Amino acid sequence: MLELLRGTDPMAERKVIDARGTYCPGPLMELIAAMKQIEVGDELEVLSTDEGSASDIPEWINKVGHEMVETTQQGDVWHVVVRKAK
Amino acid sequence: MKTLIVGGGMGGTILANNLARRLGRELRSGKAQITMLSASDQHMYQPGLLYTSIGRMAPDELYRDQASLLEPEIEFHVDPAVTFDLDNNRVVTKSGKSHGYDQLVIATGSRAAPETVPGLAEHSVNCYTEQNALEMWRRVREFKGGKVGIVVGVPHKCPMIPLEVTFVLHDYFKDRGIADKVQFHYTYPIGRLHSLEPVGKWAEREFARMGIQTTTLFNISEVDGEGVVHTEEGEKLESDLLISVPPHKGMQVIEDNNLGANGFIPTDRLSLKMEGRDNVYVIGDTTNLPISKAGSTAHFEAEALAENLAALMKFGEPVRDYDGKVFCFIEAGKDRATYAMFDYNNPPAPKAPNKAVHWFKMAYNQLYWASARGLL
Ligand SMILES: Cc1cc2nc3c(=O)[nH]c(=O)nc-3n(C[C@H](O)[C@H](O)[C@H](O)COP(=O)(O)OP(=O)(O)OC[C@H]3O[C@@H](n4cnc5c(N)ncnc54)[C@H](O)[C@@H]3O)c2cc1C
Repeated sequence: MLELLRGTDPMAERKVIDARGTYCPGPLMELIAAMKQIEVGDELEVLSTDEGSASDIPEWINKVGHEMVETTQQGDVWHVVVRKAK
Repeated sequence: MKTLIVGGGMGGTILANNLARRLGRELRSGKAQITMLSASDQHMYQPGLLYTSIGRMAPDELYRDQASLLEPEIEFHVDPAVTFDLDNNRVVTKSGKSHGYDQLVIATGSRAAPETVPGLAEHSVNCYTEQNALEMWRRVREFKGGKVGIVVGVPHKCPMIPLEVTFVLHDYFKDRGIADKVQFHYTYPIGRLHSLEPVGKWAEREFARMGIQTTTLFNISEVDGEGVVHTEEGEKLESDLLISVPPHKGMQVIEDNNLGANGFIPTDRLSLKMEGRDNVYVIGDTTNLPISKAGSTAHFEAEALAENLAALMKFGEPVRDYDGKVFCFIEAGKDRATYAMFDYNNPPAPKAPNKAVHWFKMAYNQLYWASARGLL
C-alpha cells in the first residue's frame, strides 16, 4: 500500500508502505521494489510490526548508498524513513 | 445485480464459481448476473511450470478449457478488457464490446518482466511461462556441469520459487550423477535466504549441508554481455547456467488505464476495494498489497470477496474482512516438502519437510482443478 505524503524536505515526496502485519515478501523487499518507482531525493516511509526492520532496512540502505532519514517506534509499529540517493 | 469479473485465472475463477453457488437462485431468476472476461480460452495451472522446467510435467498437463471450469450460469467471453471507464461503470473489450456492471472485480494477474533488467532476458532462463520453462528444461538437460547461479528480482510471484528451484535442480543433477560437477550459488535480495525468517533459517542449514554457496543483499541491476550479473550493492556473479526469478509487473492494460503504477492497483487490505472506488474490487497478483503474490492468496481473497458480494445482495452489506491468509507449499527436493501458513496477525511457523507433504502437493497439483471449480 503506497500513500503520498509530504516528506521532511518540503520539495521531496514521501510515499508510505504499510507493511504492518505482513511477513512475505516483508517490509525490506517491499522497500526495494518501491525504491525503483520513486525519483532521486524522494522519501519512503515503511510501517512495520517486525522489529527486524529497524536493523535490516538500514543495513541494505547503507550497503547500496541511499540515506536513512529516521527510525522511530510508535506502540508496536516501526516507522523507518529513507531517501533515495542515486 | 451485475458482477463483472475481468481475468479468468486462479482468483477470477474461484471467485466466479464461489459466487455463482451462493447466488444460484438469484442467477436462475435473472436478479443476479455474473460475466467473466478473459484473455484466453485456456486456464493454466502455473505452479506446474516448476515441474515442466525440470522435465516432470508435460505442457499439456498444465491446461484445461476455461469454460469447462465455470458454473453454467456464468457468462464467459474470451475478449480481453482494453478500457476501464470506472466513472461510468463500463469496461470496453478488444472486440469493441462494452460491458456495464454494478460490481467490478479485477483479477488480471502479474507477469515476469525480465526485460526490465538489462541483459537478464538474454542471459538467464526462468520457469515463468510455458515457453521459458521449456527453454529452461532444454538448458538444464544439456548442462554437463559448472556453476549454477540463482538470482531473484522484486517483486515476484510465488515467493517459494527461489528456494524450490534450487532444491529441485540440486536433486535433478544428483539423480543424473553429476552433483559433484555442479556448484550452486544462491542469491537473495534481503539479508537472509528467504523473506519468511524461519524458512530462511531452515534453508541456511539445508544449503550448508548441500554445499550451496549463498550471497544475500543481492539485487540485480544488469547482466553484462559476458553473462556476468552486477548488483545495486556492487557485487558480481559469474555462472555457466543462470536461473532467474525475474522482477514482475502487473498487466499492461492496468498501466495503460492509469489504475496503478507498474500494473499493481492500490487496494484496501481488508475490504479488497480499489482505493477510492466503492464498487471496484481487486484480487490476486493485481493488488499492490504487501503480501505474497501466490495462488493461495488469490484463493483466500476470492473466497472472502465471494462471501461479501453475495452478502451485499442478500443483506445489503459485506460480512467479513480478508484476514491476510496465505498458505504456501515448499518443495524441499524431489520427494520432501513443507508448508508455511500465515495471516495479518499470525506469523508462519513451518515444520521440518517430509515425504507426506510432498505427496500432498503432488495430489494438490491434480486437486487444483476441483479447487478452481470452487469445490475445495
Ligand atoms: C512457476 C510458478 C509456480 C507457482 N507456484 C505456486 C505455488 O506453489 N503456490 C501458489 O500459491 N502459487 C504459485 N504460483 C503463483 C500463482 O500461479 C499466481 O499467484 C496466481 O495464478 C495468481 O492468480 P491471479 O488470479 O491473480 O492471476 P492469474 O492466475 O495469472 O490469472 C490472470 C488472468 O487474467 C487474464 N487476463 C490478463 N489480461 C487480461 C485482460 N486485459 N482482460 C481480461 N483478462 C485478462 C489472463 O488470461 C488470466 O486468465 C506460481 C506461479 C508460477 C509462475
